[in-house]
Amino acid sequence: MSAFEGKLSPLVEQLAPSGIRRFFDLASQMDDVISLGVGEPDFVTPWHVREACFYALERGYTTYTANAGLPALREAIAQYLETFDLSYDPKDEVLVTVGGSEAIDLALRAVIQPGDEVLIPEPAYVSYEPCAILAGATVKKIATHAMDQFRLTEDALRAALTKRSKVLILCAPNNPTGAILDRAALAQIASVAIAHDLLVISDEIYAELTYGVRHVSIASLPGMKERTIVISGMSKAYAMTGWRIGYATAPRDVLAAMVKIHQYTMLCAPIMGQMAALEALRNGERERQAMVEQYDQRRRFVVKRLREIGLACHEPQGAFYAFPDIRASGLSSEAFAEQLLKVERVAVVPGAVFGPSGEGFVRCSYATSLAQLERAFERMDRFLNS
Amino acid sequence: MDSEKRIKLLHLLHENAKYTDEMLATLLDEEPAEVRAAIAEAEQSRVILGYSAIVNWDKVEGNGVTAVIDVRVTPQREVGFDAIARRIYRFSEVKSVALMSGAYDLQVVVEGSHLRDVATFVSERLATIEHVTGTATHFLLKTYKADGVIFDDREDEKRLVVAP
Ligand SMILES: Cc1ncc(COP(=O)(O)O)c(C=O)c1O
Repeated sequence: MSAFEGKLSPLVEQLAPSGIRRFFDLASQMDDVISLGVGEPDFVTPWHVREACFYALERGYTTYTANAGLPALREAIAQYLETFDLSYDPKDEVLVTVGGSEAIDLALRAVIQPGDEVLIPEPAYVSYEPCAILAGATVKKIATHAMDQFRLTEDALRAALTKRSKVLILCAPNNPTGAILDRAALAQIASVAIAHDLLVISDEIYAELTYGVRHVSIASLPGMKERTIVISGMSKAYAMTGWRIGYATAPRDVLAAMVKIHQYTMLCAPIMGQMAALEALRNGERERQAMVEQYDQRRRFVVKRLREIGLACHEPQGAFYAFPDIRASGLSSEAFAEQLLKVERVAVVPGAVFGPSGEGFVRCSYATSLAQLERAFERMDRFLNS
Repeated sequence: MDSEKRIKLLHLLHENAKYTDEMLATLLDEEPAEVRAAIAEAEQSRVILGYSAIVNWDKVEGNGVTAVIDVRVTPQREVGFDAIARRIYRFSEVKSVALMSGAYDLQVVVEGSHLRDVATFVSERLATIEHVTGTATHFLLKTYKADGVIFDDREDEKRLVVAP
């Protein structure tokens, strides 16, 4: 027993233990596991990016940077976002963060007052709810369903609204479902947001990973830029998870508030990562496209194989996840994942980890080589059908 | 099949010629019959000339030697370099011949079981061909990467087994 006993923050105690963590402990004790449970690219960061980092180190780039990030990087980010019809001033509307993760935390802390309600469509990426709670908000989850391709509908959003609803967190393309939100779906959400003066935190970290459709940012819709914080980062599209570089773009008043928190808590994002991100944004398009092409091929393979082995699966149009319906197995998502791991040594993530409406589904990441995927599906076939 | 997909098909086969027609169809979002037809057509028109494995010969015992030879030639009226190239590439020792821009004209790759074989081939066969004005022979010591494939032993998985 330490002196901290009974003295921990009640906010922290309120956080549920991570469902992913438990599963990780189980899987990491086993040999010969094929993992479809990983939420990061299987590619190593392209060599030109790594090489640019060595060069930056050789020239002595080992210092702090401006709080908001290297000016050249902020400019590159602003320029890059123009491809999604977004226009931000690199001087005071762009903030470089330690991963999209930090940007989510900053965005919430910058706007939440105690008792404010944050609306989170689920199944959702696991960090939104804890970050909202730590910021002092209460969380209201909005269920989404396979029959709607896991899209947030206008009706569901309206039904969830209360007087205290302040912020809506959107994540499209979505982790864990692979769902996207097209312009029509976004327009409906935008009209509710405008009518009810909702702020939107739009996590677009998978924006580059869409298949057959182009990503649309809700901030590019009329009347939305002024009420939206866009969050993105280098982790997914450029296979740069370990570099810890993300960013937020937003109207200058809220961005200034985020910079204020960031400057006292983080000071700045690491300069090596920022130099690497700059190289990736300037010269990384060809390699990025090659990775997207591979994800797309694997996606088709995964959806086809899931259906062949008897699992219904909506077609994921973004990110690198398929989210099949496993109810036909008669098992809960947790039991399915656990038994699949123990019997056939394939790791998938139980859908319930991402929220109650994820129950009955599991997340299969296809950020894994085609050869591994082939083997994984042989095992899953055996698990289900023999 | 449209031309973009045909090119993708060739890239996929180049990467792994053992993909089944069904797998290729899935990866390309096509019907297997379409894939079969496109492959047949590519074979027919000699766009696809054969299928081979990528072998790291350095790991194979008793494998011979390879030399890259820069050859300078005087091009001939009417036929340019082609006639000389043809005389060279017909030797079974020659693995590849390419016309190059720059300091020399033909790049010839030769394989033999011993250094001596290659040396003899160059001095007795290659150098004596009419219109060949000079050769420079480089013996290949180690292959690091060929045809887009890195020959080093595989890097191990560094990611955690399960991550959000
Ligand atoms: C939806 C979503 N947002 C944000 C992140 C955080 O990524 P990072 O902090 O590496 O930028 C992730 C990572 O898995 C994610 O899936």
